[in-house]
Amino acid sequence: MRYSLFNVIVNGLTKNLFAERAWRDPDPRPAYDVLVIGGGGHGLATAYYLAKNHGIANVAVLEKGWIGSGNAGRNTTIFRSNYLLPGNEPFYEHSLKLWEGLEQELNYNVMASQRGIVNLIHSDAQRDAYVRRGNAMRLAGADSELLDAAQVRKLLPFLNYDDARFPIKGGLLQARAGTARHDAVVWGYARGADKLGVDILQNCEVTGFLRGADGAVTGVETVRGPIRAKKVALAVAGSSSRLASKLDLRLPIESFVLQAFVSEAIKPLIPGVFTFGAGHFYISQSDKGGLVFGGDLDGYNSYAQRGNLPVIEDVMEGGMALLPLLGRLRLLRQWAGLCDMSMDGSPIIDIGPLPGLYLNAGWNYGGFKATPASGWCFAHTIARDEPHPLTAAMRLDRFRTGHVIDEKGVGAQPNLH
Amino acid sequence: MSRLDKGGLIDRAQTRRFTFDGEYFEGFQGDTLASALLANNVKLVGRSFKYHRPRGIVGGATEEPNGLVELRSGARREPNTRMTTTELYDGLEAFSQNRWPSLDFDVLAINGLLSPFFGAAFYYKTFMWPKAAWEKFYEPAIRRAAGLGRAALEADPDAYEKSNAFCDVLVIGSGPAGLSAALAAGRSGARVILAEEDFEFGGRLLSERTPINDAAPTEFVAKTLAELRALPNVRLMRRTSVVAIYDDCYAAVERVGDHLRTPEKYKPRQILWRIAAKRAVLAAGALDRPIVFGGNDRPGVMLAAPVQSYVNRFAVAPAQRMAVFANNDAAWTTAFDAHDSGAEIAMLIDTRDAVAPALAEAAQKRNLRVILGGEVFATKGKCLESIEIRANGHTERLAVDGLAMSSGFSPNVALTCHHGGKPVWDESLAAFVPGKCPPGLHVAGAAAGAYALSDCLAQGAAKGALAATEAGFQATAPDTPKTHDTPRALKTFWHVEASKGMAFVDFQNDVCAKDIVLAHQEGFVSVEHLKRYTTMGMATDQGKLSNVPGLAIMAKQRGKTIAETGTTMFRPPWSPVTLGAFAGHHRGKDFRPARLTPTHALAEELGAVFTEAGPWLRAAYFPRQGETDWKQSVDREVRAVRENVGVIDVSTFGKIELQGPDVGKFLDRIYINTFSTLPVGKARYGVMLREDGFVMDDGTTARLSEDRWIMTTTTANAAKVSQHLDFCLQVLWPDLDVRAVSVSEQWGQIAVAGPRSRGLIAQIVDDPAAISNDSLPYMGAVETSVLGGVKARIFRLSFSGELGFEIAVPAHEAEQLARKLLETGAEWDVTFYGLEALAVMRIEKGHVSGPELNGQTSAADLGFGRMASTKKDYIGAVMARRPALTDPERMGFVGFKPVNPKEVLRAGAHVLAQGAAATTANDLGYLTSATVSPTLGGAIALGFIKGGAARIGEIVRAWDGVRGTDIPVEICAPAFYDPKGERLHG
Amino acid sequence: MLIPCPYCGVRDAQEFSYRGDAMPVRPDPAAPDAEEKFHDYVYLRDNPAGAFKEIWHHSAGCRRWVEVERDTLTHEIKATRFSAEGRRA
Repeated sequence: MRYSLFNVIVNGLTKNLFAERAWRDPDPRPAYDVLVIGGGGHGLATAYYLAKNHGIANVAVLEKGWIGSGNAGRNTTIFRSNYLLPGNEPFYEHSLKLWEGLEQELNYNVMASQRGIVNLIHSDAQRDAYVRRGNAMRLAGADSELLDAAQVRKLLPFLNYDDARFPIKGGLLQARAGTARHDAVVWGYARGADKLGVDILQNCEVTGFLRGADGAVTGVETVRGPIRAKKVALAVAGSSSRLASKLDLRLPIESFVLQAFVSEAIKPLIPGVFTFGAGHFYISQSDKGGLVFGGDLDGYNSYAQRGNLPVIEDVMEGGMALLPLLGRLRLLRQWAGLCDMSMDGSPIIDIGPLPGLYLNAGWNYGGFKATPASGWCFAHTIARDEPHPLTAAMRLDRFRTGHVIDEKGVGAQPNLH
Repeated sequence: MSRLDKGGLIDRAQTRRFTFDGEYFEGFQGDTLASALLANNVKLVGRSFKYHRPRGIVGGATEEPNGLVELRSGARREPNTRMTTTELYDGLEAFSQNRWPSLDFDVLAINGLLSPFFGAAFYYKTFMWPKAAWEKFYEPAIRRAAGLGRAALEADPDAYEKSNAFCDVLVIGSGPAGLSAALAAGRSGARVILAEEDFEFGGRLLSERTPINDAAPTEFVAKTLAELRALPNVRLMRRTSVVAIYDDCYAAVERVGDHLRTPEKYKPRQILWRIAAKRAVLAAGALDRPIVFGGNDRPGVMLAAPVQSYVNRFAVAPAQRMAVFANNDAAWTTAFDAHDSGAEIAMLIDTRDAVAPALAEAAQKRNLRVILGGEVFATKGKCLESIEIRANGHTERLAVDGLAMSSGFSPNVALTCHHGGKPVWDESLAAFVPGKCPPGLHVAGAAAGAYALSDCLAQGAAKGALAATEAGFQATAPDTPKTHDTPRALKTFWHVEASKGMAFVDFQNDVCAKDIVLAHQEGFVSVEHLKRYTTMGMATDQGKLSNVPGLAIMAKQRGKTIAETGTTMFRPPWSPVTLGAFAGHHRGKDFRPARLTPTHALAEELGAVFTEAGPWLRAAYFPRQGETDWKQSVDREVRAVRENVGVIDVSTFGKIELQGPDVGKFLDRIYINTFSTLPVGKARYGVMLREDGFVMDDGTTARLSEDRWIMTTTTANAAKVSQHLDFCLQVLWPDLDVRAVSVSEQWGQIAVAGPRSRGLIAQIVDDPAAISNDSLPYMGAVETSVLGGVKARIFRLSFSGELGFEIAVPAHEAEQLARKLLETGAEWDVTFYGLEALAVMRIEKGHVSGPELNGQTSAADLGFGRMASTKKDYIGAVMARRPALTDPERMGFVGFKPVNPKEVLRAGAHVLAQGAAATTANDLGYLTSATVSPTLGGAIALGFIKGGAARIGEIVRAWDGVRGTDIPVEICAPAFYDPKGERLHG
Repeated sequence: MLIPCPYCGVRDAQEFSYRGDAMPVRPDPAAPDAEEKFHDYVYLRDNPAGAFKEIWHHSAGCRRWVEVERDTLTHEIKATRFSAEGRRA
């Protein structure tokens, strides 16, 4: 039954008589055309677009726990396309366009809300850098606007303008950016993929790979038994290195913890998303009322899925420097995700590096916004055995050739990206 | 009044006046806002999140889901404050929240009527049509309805602090287990911190009556505290919540001033304590849980253990006539205590068919009416008026205005999970008990599932002694005092399935039993899916009440045990923490320290306008009388340097002193160009790469003597380069005999530039011959003295392009040097200039700086390709040979000037070919730096373009879509001014 | 997190800066396959879930580079020593 007001009314009147499973819970079949490892947003979107765009529905998504249990369910729910480099920006802009119609596409209210993002500017040099970025966005067909200090003040009147260590001199606005309900994105893609015939296999951890005589990947070993496939696609974010090591592959990726925070729910205060340009802090407010915010990575390799106090203090200091009214609000909950930080801060979507294998990794701390386009382009790569034009620059061999996509210009030091 | 005539730990001599929604009430010192309102018969205190149902106080501490208020007003307004943890003070103001127009009449209570349609997650299935309506209509309406209290709209006026504490044993909680643990550890001589969340030490001992050593439990508390206070190695911290366990660090928040109207003068409101403890004992007790039944959320329905607290500790009967509904013995003790205090207990309903004879006798002795094998299945009244009971096939309505419920206790295991440990289900206790704990943490008493008082006392003592022993002390557990245990038997019971009306699991978020059933029906069966789909456990109490009953209902739906169903993670913090506490004093101007140059005070005297340059505050320009905008000042300063003489403090550059016989060899490996051939007394410009082949930094390095060198780095990269050198020397090439140390702070550096600079400096150098053109030619370096004996290093360098000198003196002499230059230079009309003029001049000269050294550019991109030695290895040499970095089509460094000299260029514009559409594919490059040159009389810019210098002479466009300009420009060489550098040699 | 610096003693991790995998050894730039070797050296580092040897710079202390054996799942530190590729090779 399609989701609609009618559905809600009927189930309300019948005590949920017509409520059905959002996705099936099938047993694994012995073989599929494509196995997507990783039941996060990217994996599920990949499966959805394989079926939807390419007619490949004999697909299983393998998830070691419950779908959305990784970064898809641990992020701060922001989507935007305010990137600088030509290897990145058109891809993220495509993603943003997909966000703009995602509810209707999936028949699921993922609550994508284009509330806008403002990157605050605190120095002339920063303004120049943001103008360069804003222009790069416009060249890719995205929207961007330069705000002066007065315009920022009008938009965000509660910031600290009078006694700031780093005065606010303006901002770069992307009005079409926004936030979405992260879990709903996972569930919406899962439900959509399932309806198209994709098997979603939860609690199905991959423990090894099946290999052909030529070294090709021909399937996986799982806790629910071996499953064969013509193509095996990896979309496991922070676990990328762990799985690749089962194939004796080393990836230009390190895993770091990124913390996120939510306050107790309060009445509407913050209109969109904004980021501090002189410290590590960004914030938005959820529909439920909680302030959702974060900052810098915990700066050392970690798989602990928990962060430490110094970064928390750093984030809150940034928050108080920018919004001194935050002082009396309370932190409700903090959590942490495993970021697959790549060596140039940009993702990898590619064929290989082994026959039968496809790689989707290196999303750093920015994978959520990429979810629709990552699925879209990865599905294309898998189905056609060629990179999608939008991800042509995101190939693995760029580190060999030097065509790195280094937005921040910090080089091969993942914790600085 | 529901205040009992006697008893309690309140000070009846000290009346405290307060207001709730503007109405005046009185309570006593020792009350919480909750106990004081209950004493005043105020039942309705809040509205729920979704259905706006009328709600009353349910709990007694941090678990309270309903009794949340906006505390205080104005800039100190504090939303969502738990009444149950708010100490009453004179003049307290509290306001109910999430209701309109009033608490009593809330329009959005209509949501409750629509609840059949507003079930779990209904919002994912609708609000999708028409597409534009989500942002314009649905979402704003949802947002307005959601949220709880309102944030203050002004800056928080209170101060916060952060502090470190160190101890051998940290004891968390001061109930029977915590006090015993602190005593055992304290007697051994270990440094002990006893942290208590409440404003009184004693934990449950304040709320119970079981005698210890034949005396009231409060006497045991007082005696133990007296001994602990007498121990110099024990620190008692009340109003202190240990909220999280990080690596090697317990985070605690002490509420220093929250029990006062405003914090005391010069005292913070709260302190964030980072406690480094060798060992810790968690004695955080346990919390009572609700039973899920129809109408269990009506004001008047409360948890049993908190009711016992209100009666015993606060001398309040929470209702005129109460019933008790439970599945365990502990709730009977609540009934007995209430009865014995003079409150009326109308009925005791237990879901069990039989209880221990002693319990039944104790009830009979008190003439209490007991229903065994019974359940409450409905309630009535806006505030509770009656309950409906079913037992043995009969139903009965009972008029009561209070109901104490309990489905058993949940140990407070949250902190044990902060390192990823999962709690373990104990079927006999019907509760999760600690699993794998963070290193060094022991758990004692009710937090470990040992509820009996004697067990708490014994376990606390044992774990306290163990912790002290592990920390290196000789400790023995003290003898356990004499006591007896109240009965604690329990039979699992969660949910009255045949209920009338909504049966709540999560009170604040309005999650009902039927929502869990729906989640199951739709496949959201994993506990995390259940939580996220229904929002159960996501309210401000983080599931302290709701999680276990909710999991039990899901487990039943799935036909599995709770152990198989699992539990959600307990994330920090244990209870919500003020954001201000984490920030401490790092706000406003004190957010980050400002680095000041040695001549900052002088610059202030000269009226400089300062600008932030990373952590530094630097003089941007020095306006003079009559100048109306910054550009006038900057142009004047530039002209002064170009035509006369100017002075600027350049101390912010990184300075690294290198010593040893192998420095030359070392620098050859660090820079792309050769340094080993540099003669003593000379400086050389160098470019260094990262190992990935991109430029890391540039600067000059001078050889002061055979084996002493001084390197300068850019301001921004000073720390990074120093660290890089340490890495190369210690890790890559430990065989090189070189020592490198940053002396950035030790040396101040003043640049003097302009045609008359030598003449000015000659006045302050002790030996003017040292700076003659012969002894100090361009790129020369000399060690000498100035101002009569102040040691100095003088470098003949120039960023401005004029004849220039940089004079380095010990940092504490730099201000004196600058003042002397100002004084001596007065007759020369010396001009102090700032960062802006410096930037203009370096653009005129086409020098690269921060905007070009952006980490994305190679040496060749920047025009340094020919500097790179091909005869030696250096950091980055190999990777700089990669195809992308040697591609002739790469963007290279050039200058730009507008075809129409009146046009102004701005950095950030991209470069497009004439007639090309504005697309990513047509993007040729970008402008990094731009200025209107006072020297050349027009706009100039630096930047990068595909193909680089080969395109000099071409006309392209500086396209700035963001600023709405599109200007034809000519590509030119980056050095606009004195390209041959003749002026440097003057 | 506390790191026992071999020179300074136990210090807060905040005093240190992180680099990562301690094991890569800078290849011979003159080797015929130097570009490939440098690619691996610069971009491919171990990223295990569990025992890990990594290097930290005691930037706000003795300024020594310190090799730390740390478990990336638990953050437990087993050992520390001064770092030097030469000594290891």
